[in-house]
Amino acid sequence: MSIWAVLAINSITFGGLLFLLSAGFSLIFGLMRIPNLTHGSMFMLGGYVGASMIVTYHLPFWLAALIAALAMAVFGGLIERFLLRRLSGSILAQVLVTLGISFIVADFCLMVWSGDPISVETPSALAGGTRALGLFFPTYRIAIILIAVVIAAMLWALLERTRLGAMIRAGVDDPEMARVVGIRVSQLFTIVFCLGAALAGFGGLMGAPILSVYPGLDTDMLPLALVVVILGGVGSLLGSLIGSIVIGFLYNFGLVMVPELAYFVLFLPMVLVLVLRPQGLFGRQAP
Amino acid sequence: MTAPRVALAAALVALVTVPLWVPGDYYISVCSQILIYAVFALGIDVLIGYAGLVSLGHAGLFGLASYTVAVCLAAGVGHVAAIAAALVVTLAGTAVFAGLSLRATGIGFIMITLALGQIMWGLAYRWVSITGGDNGITVPGRPAPFGLRLDAPSHFYYATLAVFLLTVVATWVFVHSPFGASLKGTRDQPRRMTALGYHVWLIRFYACMFSGLLTTIAGILFVYYAEFISPPTVQLTSSAEGVLMAISGGSGTLLGPIVGSILVEIVKNVASAYIARWNMMLGAIFVAIVIFMPEGLVPGTTRLVRRALKLRGPIPAGAPAPTTAAAEPAPGEPAP
Amino acid sequence: MTALSIRKLEKSFGGLRVTRGVDLAIQPGERRLIIGPNGAGKTTLFNLVTGELRPDTGSVALFDQELTRLPARRRAHLGLSRTYQIITLFPKDTLLRNVTLSLLGLSPLRWNPLLRLERQRHLIEQAEHALARVGLGHLAHRPLAETSYGERRRVEIAMALAQNPRVLLLDEPFAGLSVDERRDVKTLLFGIPRDVTIVMIEHDMDVALDFAERISVMHFGEVVVEGTRAEVVADPRTKEIYFGE
Repeated sequence: MSIWAVLAINSITFGGLLFLLSAGFSLIFGLMRIPNLTHGSMFMLGGYVGASMIVTYHLPFWLAALIAALAMAVFGGLIERFLLRRLSGSILAQVLVTLGISFIVADFCLMVWSGDPISVETPSALAGGTRALGLFFPTYRIAIILIAVVIAAMLWALLERTRLGAMIRAGVDDPEMARVVGIRVSQLFTIVFCLGAALAGFGGLMGAPILSVYPGLDTDMLPLALVVVILGGVGSLLGSLIGSIVIGFLYNFGLVMVPELAYFVLFLPMVLVLVLRPQGLFGRQAP
Repeated sequence: MTAPRVALAAALVALVTVPLWVPGDYYISVCSQILIYAVFALGIDVLIGYAGLVSLGHAGLFGLASYTVAVCLAAGVGHVAAIAAALVVTLAGTAVFAGLSLRATGIGFIMITLALGQIMWGLAYRWVSITGGDNGITVPGRPAPFGLRLDAPSHFYYATLAVFLLTVVATWVFVHSPFGASLKGTRDQPRRMTALGYHVWLIRFYACMFSGLLTTIAGILFVYYAEFISPPTVQLTSSAEGVLMAISGGSGTLLGPIVGSILVEIVKNVASAYIARWNMMLGAIFVAIVIFMPEGLVPGTTRLVRRALKLRGPIPAGAPAPTTAAAEPAPGEPAP
Repeated sequence: MTALSIRKLEKSFGGLRVTRGVDLAIQPGERRLIIGPNGAGKTTLFNLVTGELRPDTGSVALFDQELTRLPARRRAHLGLSRTYQIITLFPKDTLLRNVTLSLLGLSPLRWNPLLRLERQRHLIEQAEHALARVGLGHLAHRPLAETSYGERRRVEIAMALAQNPRVLLLDEPFAGLSVDERRDVKTLLFGIPRDVTIVMIEHDMDVALDFAERISVMHFGEVVVEGTRAEVVADPRTKEIYFGE
């Protein structure tokens, strides 16, 4: 019986990781109107960078996570400044460039870290677990859930309670209008892109003790982010959160119940949403 | 005879005589592979170049056709039935694919096709009892239409060439037809086309079906060519290669995707002989082409050469890059 | 029978009511002018009539046929054509191709994937005729991108006329034209036979005043004044709207 409870915890944990990935993806999409197809690569590369810091340089887990996040922020910033900005105005070209970069990153990772998965030890402070109500709660997974909740709250506060957030929201709602009222939209693009990349990289390392880091992690995660955003609606934080949890549950339960068709089950809600409510559950109708 | 006709005739002669002047069976096979991917790229170009819709999920349809043939043959079904099944299954799959993807246009279309393509990959990879998972499926042998055995590379090449020429002619007729004109209209001004009395959604849907037909044909040819099918054929990289072929040569033309597939396949085969980093090169070429030659190599080279020749003359106000045609401002222009 | 009958048409964007219970009844063969300041809801009204926007409430009928629930493309087939204030044509294509597309839109041929469009003589001839009608026959093979603004305005009209509409909606056909071009377009419009009913939006009252028998003045989404040319000009509310601001 407790397998279901374990699955439920795993699902929420995976949902938390997905949220770290998809929140930034959704914000970038909402603001810049492009699906950043390097987002899965940033998750993977963040995982590799962080794992190297731990395995090779023996840095503590949290410092490694910080470095992974910062490295991805810089990487994302470079992509935005030097490639995407050159192509501003041509959304399709921007999308294709992010796709091209994702291939380069994937091959680069294969070259540097080889094809073997790298597993990362759970940080010692969070090893083990707690027994309660006859169930075993692994501390690390609970920590991921808490971190995802804290980051969701911080993002919410950033968007709803700060000047920067107000500008981002204005940009998501109507970039032309935002420009007219004097918001430097191009600067916002860079900030949001860096933020999204940092969250993805951070998520990559957070996921490493559970998923490990391996070639193909990028293309495993990217479609999930796409599905979360299609499900939750572009640019909606709440949509990302709920979409992530839904997908977390479907993925974990699907793997156990219909292992051969798990991937198919995962995309069913997307299909339903597309048919019934193409703007996503929490997205607004396109004008 | 006009210059284009001379060029066309020369190209035909070159294609027909490939087994005579290409050194060895390996390279004849590479030529077959180029033709197969050219059909695939033509299918993608019908959408990118003529409908303004970029699909990143076509490898899923390609794979669906290949897998259907392979699964049927493995089950002991004959070649004709296997090919017929592949056509039916993949066209039905395309209809679902188009029905869902056309809920959006522009970027939304790209995202949905990408996700749908990944479903196909996930099924190929995980549905082990049908697809054999990572091990893939080996096809017992090639068919022998009208008693002609296709085992020799040159024989298979001619069969592929015949199908290739047929699809090129069919695509040419398609894009020059009144329907082709309707399709191009929906690419450029969908709202206006609606006001003029066109059913924009249905036009796009039919274009997807035609594109799916070409993709199915390419997928069937491929599984017979490789005599094997496994998940990597279905992955996102394959879809992206197809898009690269279509846009690198110049989308919205018929020659473009063909040139693109020659280019990509040659680079891929040459590159993989010397370095192991094909994906990195693919990515780099992709980025370079999008940034420096968004209109594709054929028009792009023409433009650069012309500019170099007429340094003093006025630079023509080149037509906007065809690749930008799909980039409609709103990510989710609601389909009617 | 009315050619175009609009009843209680309401449309809001968010909290902004763009049309407020608009009623219009336009008789067959009539030339109706709709004037009003910017933001009065004139173009929105056209978009509601052609089906590019869905009204919140109210109805639209063309020769007593209910249109309200029909998609925009069906309305074109029933004899409703329009021109746009902002020119939305096919810039890479020739003028002839632009007009051909307009004709093709109403022809079953548009679904045909096997014939060659260039060989459809009757269609091409009709398109050439439509271009000649607006005085652009000599530019038929020029790409639209290489024509002047005034010429594009006339292509717009040629495309609408080519569809042989029963009701023609013209959205500011004089906008941005030089004096000479205005005169050309005016002559063109006066030459349209009476079996075509015309509704024209014009921001500038002077240009089109002598074209219309009846005039409706819109203001803040409502038809404020309606009547003959003399009545509307004499009405104090017209003066208020035009000169009071």
